[in-house]
Amino acid sequence: MQHKSVRLGVDIGGTFTDVVLECGTAQYSTKVLTTYTAPENAIISGMQQVCSLSGIDPKEISQIIHGTTLATNALIERSGAKTALITTNGFRDVIEMRTESRFEQYDLNLKLPDPLLPRNFRYTVVERMQADGKVLIPLQRADIEALADKIIAAGFESIAVGLLHSYTNDSHERLIAKVLDEKMPNVMVSLSSQVSPQMREYERFNTTIANAYIKPLMKSYLIRLQACLADEGANCPIFLMHSGGGIISLANAAEFPVRLVESGPAGGAVFAADIAARHGLDKVLSFDMGGTTAKICLIKNQTPKTARVFEVARTYRFKKGSGMPISIPVIDMVEIGAGGGSLAHVDSMHQIRVGPESAGSEPGPACYSRGGARPAVTDADLVLGKLDPTNFAGGTIPLDAAASTIALQTHLGDVLKMDAQTAAFGLTEVVDENMANAARVHSVENGEDLSEYTMIAFGGAAPLHAGRLCEKLGIARALVPAGAGVGSAIGFLRAPFSFEANRSQFMRLSDFHGVTIKNLLEGLRAEATTFVRSCDAESEIESEYKVYMRYSGQGWEIPITLTPAQAANPVVENFLTLFETNYTALFGRVVKGMDVEMTVWSVNVTTPKTSVARLKDVATTAPITEHNTRILFDPALGRTTQAAEVLRAQMHPGNRISGPAVITEDETTIIVPASRMASILIDGCIDLAVKGEIS
Amino acid sequence: MRQSSSGFSSSNVKFQVMWNRLISVVEEQAQALVRTAFSTSVREAGDLSAGTYDQHGNMLAQAVTGTPGHVNAMADAVAHFIRRIGPENFAEGDIYITNDPWEGTGHLHDITIVTPSYHKGSFVGFFACTAHIVDIGGRGFGADANSIYEEGLYIPIMKFADRGVVNKTLVNIIRGNVREPDQLVGDIHALATCNEIGHRRLVEMMIEFKLNDLSGIADYILSNSRRATLERINALTPGQAFGEMRSDGYSHPVDLKVCLSIEKDRILCDFEGTSELDKKGINCPLVYTKAYACYALKCAVAPEIPNNAASLAPFQVIAPENSIVNALHPAPVALRHVIGHMVPDAVYSALDQLLPNMVPAEGAGCLCNFQVSLRPRTDAPAASSTRRAEVLTFNSGGSGARPTLDGMNATAFPSGVMTMPVEATEQVGPVIIWRKELRPDSGGSGKYRGGLGQYMEVGAQEGHEFDIQAMFDRVNYPANGRQGGDMGAATTIALDDGTPMKGKGKQFVPHGRKVMMAFPGGAGYGPVGARQTEEIIRDLAHGYISEEAAREVYGLKAKTIAEVLLRAKNGERF
Repeated sequence: MQHKSVRLGVDIGGTFTDVVLECGTAQYSTKVLTTYTAPENAIISGMQQVCSLSGIDPKEISQIIHGTTLATNALIERSGAKTALITTNGFRDVIEMRTESRFEQYDLNLKLPDPLLPRNFRYTVVERMQADGKVLIPLQRADIEALADKIIAAGFESIAVGLLHSYTNDSHERLIAKVLDEKMPNVMVSLSSQVSPQMREYERFNTTIANAYIKPLMKSYLIRLQACLADEGANCPIFLMHSGGGIISLANAAEFPVRLVESGPAGGAVFAADIAARHGLDKVLSFDMGGTTAKICLIKNQTPKTARVFEVARTYRFKKGSGMPISIPVIDMVEIGAGGGSLAHVDSMHQIRVGPESAGSEPGPACYSRGGARPAVTDADLVLGKLDPTNFAGGTIPLDAAASTIALQTHLGDVLKMDAQTAAFGLTEVVDENMANAARVHSVENGEDLSEYTMIAFGGAAPLHAGRLCEKLGIARALVPAGAGVGSAIGFLRAPFSFEANRSQFMRLSDFHGVTIKNLLEGLRAEATTFVRSCDAESEIESEYKVYMRYSGQGWEIPITLTPAQAANPVVENFLTLFETNYTALFGRVVKGMDVEMTVWSVNVTTPKTSVARLKDVATTAPITEHNTRILFDPALGRTTQAAEVLRAQMHPGNRISGPAVITEDETTIIVPASRMASILIDGCIDLAVKGEIS
Repeated sequence: MRQSSSGFSSSNVKFQVMWNRLISVVEEQAQALVRTAFSTSVREAGDLSAGTYDQHGNMLAQAVTGTPGHVNAMADAVAHFIRRIGPENFAEGDIYITNDPWEGTGHLHDITIVTPSYHKGSFVGFFACTAHIVDIGGRGFGADANSIYEEGLYIPIMKFADRGVVNKTLVNIIRGNVREPDQLVGDIHALATCNEIGHRRLVEMMIEFKLNDLSGIADYILSNSRRATLERINALTPGQAFGEMRSDGYSHPVDLKVCLSIEKDRILCDFEGTSELDKKGINCPLVYTKAYACYALKCAVAPEIPNNAASLAPFQVIAPENSIVNALHPAPVALRHVIGHMVPDAVYSALDQLLPNMVPAEGAGCLCNFQVSLRPRTDAPAASSTRRAEVLTFNSGGSGARPTLDGMNATAFPSGVMTMPVEATEQVGPVIIWRKELRPDSGGSGKYRGGLGQYMEVGAQEGHEFDIQAMFDRVNYPANGRQGGDMGAATTIALDDGTPMKGKGKQFVPHGRKVMMAFPGGAGYGPVGARQTEEIIRDLAHGYISEEAAREVYGLKAKTIAEVLLRAKNGERF
């Protein structure tokens, strides 16, 4: 075997650290508990395990790709560094005033989240740029020096600089960085014109502050990790997965750690995109459901959908607006509080509500018998026959169905005058409907029709709910890939090296300057290329150009992709045609007679995706006989059924089984509803399809 | 499967799923509007609403995206459309329109679009949506009109499209009467598109659940909501209380007076005794008064019950004709929000006596909005690069302190709209916002402090002068405290050379001058002596209160003040 391609994927999650070693076509994986105080320890022990499983020495590893929730957690738990903000005089409170609105209108006792930096950590300097980048008030060097003295005296470790309109003119921010570097060479500085050079001060300042806040922590962690791995003999380059689904160098990650936020879920989306490519699927809904949340992402043409802003650390039931906006390139997904541990209750309208409160792993759902008394999604799944109480998590956690029944009866059934099984049915229908609604809203926001999509389901709880979700969404087919339990870590190994550079530059089509656009895009391409080249000096690279356009007067832009030729030679007629075509596709009609404007420009530079061969279809098919049967509740039928039970390990490519059926494996259970037929594909994927639609 | 005696069964689970689905349908409807709208008030600030109705015009679900002023108003609007158009004239492909302040949502600047929904050829219900557009002609958006006729174009309830064919005569009349015709027609199309998207999702749902009409799900939603709302009301101790609040008004101070009765199966607000109409356009049609009275009550009594015909019905509002809260045609009503946004404070003044420890102290109340009309300077030659532009901004003062919490700084209450980013506003026209920052010492002191208001300073780019259309209140009558809490700070407005300005109306700002504004704070709750020392220290460290206020209002010792300020300066977290 040629050891040149030995690669290690590592995903640090909230509970587990997943490690996958890939050597040619062979794959070895393990899960170890995350070690919060020194996260590198879990990585080392995971690496030792997969190395010993595979008989490969750490020295032979050629590349390590890493993603982590540490950055996200530091923001949620507010455990970052002592950070100061320097901003324009008159705008000290931008991050505290937010959008001046309430994210929950009917709560008189609403608490707005505290800003990441309290008011006494926010400093101002006298300076001002006009919207077009003209200097209105020049910045005085002496003012910065005086401010630096104050900051030194207060002992800040990290400094965020966010000045008004710095996305069009960064000279004042750069001057501040220069003076700070002279006065306090060891302090870490994050400039808004570098972290997120986009219009809208609240989002840009907040993103810059988030970056500054987690920078000391992430930088020291990454340096320690590099040293520990080297001690073990793994001297190879280490790369980081970023939230946009690409890979950046360890040095870039240490400089812009805010780009690591949500890198784990991004890896999951890349994993799903890879499965999509192998199966030649152009429209995929990735569905990742774990213990506390479910993540839903659209993947078109094997490329996950991306966005420019998302929200982290929502403080109020995952409610939109209750977190911190972060504007960086990110894989666009919806995350909702729906997981195996999500708890249910009955509200004042006698409706069952599920989540976002979660039982977590301690005490866990009632059936774990660890003191949990309230019914969770897992309890309902157990009572409905979806889970085998003796074989949950490979038999390591015995489940107590009686405890689930009591919890369901006490908290739901007695209030609603129904039996525990009906309550369980209600509970799962509500959580499935919540996820289906999130998927529907997300698809509408993107102008997509889900009935043309195939679902790819992974994460511990997803295969239990995927079949029902497909029924609700009118999706004909779902794939449950092998290795679904460590999907994100596998995804890291499939990601290309990539970097997206963005800039806000406002221009109307009626005031079109081709040369300005050409130079702007070329500058962005050069910036992004430098980043990618620092990771990979040789591969071919591809550039994707995008401009965000809207009618003058609208507030929402739509992304328009430009070909390299259109970017090199911008012509106004092309831009108008592209905009009108895309607008019609989304909203049905153009609005004649309105000027069109361009607001944000982006260039994504990437190494080519590993090309994957389209898998062959299975040559022959054969039904498999069940090794057992069990009583399973089928929600679409609204009654219990006699379901066949088979072990995934005993199924081979070509095997098929008709629903209602249950396919069990160590990490999860796949439910095949009565409306579906399951078959095993050549790569071990389980294909759940509407009966009659399998050839 | 056991069928229980009360009928809870899989069919109820199905109904619950459908109810959730309808709420998500109207949310999609609202999102489509935000994404395609042109007016900043809709797409940046969210001044809109969207909902779905049964065939009798009962509202079944309303998007949470949007602002409370549209809530009750839109709930009533569809019934007017049924009456005016006549069910016999409904047809597939129809789109109806109005901006009638009395049959829509309170002023000519709100366009309401109603679309009948058909499934398998049968009429099954309606979708409706409302949005605040930036211009409807007339004098422009402001308080200065003497009657509705000066406030802009009035579109009675009529067909915008008849069986899919748009009424071109109407479009031409609209285009000929407004300042930004493309934008307005674009917004009307956005409203129609959003109903269409709602309709498509509804039909998908009806196919999935094999429904031919909405009567089953409508009964389920309305009966559950009615029962839940009545349970809440009937759990309260019946009683009656009188409340009042005073605000600046335009030509004279305005007193809002309300007699609130908690009765069996309903809560009644009677505005008898409230001031008469103002001569200028701050008068409020009853429908808008009702929306905010109802919103205030619902927040306190039944916050989590979704808005629909049944959950709103038990909250009843009456007021004498041509009092300022029940302005009749042809009273000017463009800035009806100035009065409407104060209604919750009046209602809470009464409700506090019946439900102690529930409602907040008075806050800034009405939004602190202004519109600037910029143009090349006229006192000297202007450069050729100068231009004209209209820029509207929404801003908020502080909200009132709560029984167990401080008020919210610079946060809209009761309105549900957002502010516009300064960087986005400065891209719209040659305006410069020099300052937008919290206003220390503006929150009324108390056991819980009122939310801080904000400072704003506005000027124009070199070579421009402008008119500012002020829409501010609480200049003369700042927010009053509750249970011994102190007043919030009043609104102030002046030029940077000290020239005083008025809180309302259009005023000229010469080249080179800035308008200095301080927006009001919320009032305090409970006596200031009961405030926890740690909270006072925290406020001082954060600069929410000044050194002087800490000493004189909150009684902090000079030594402590010096210590706290030093610790804050040294980068300590409080």
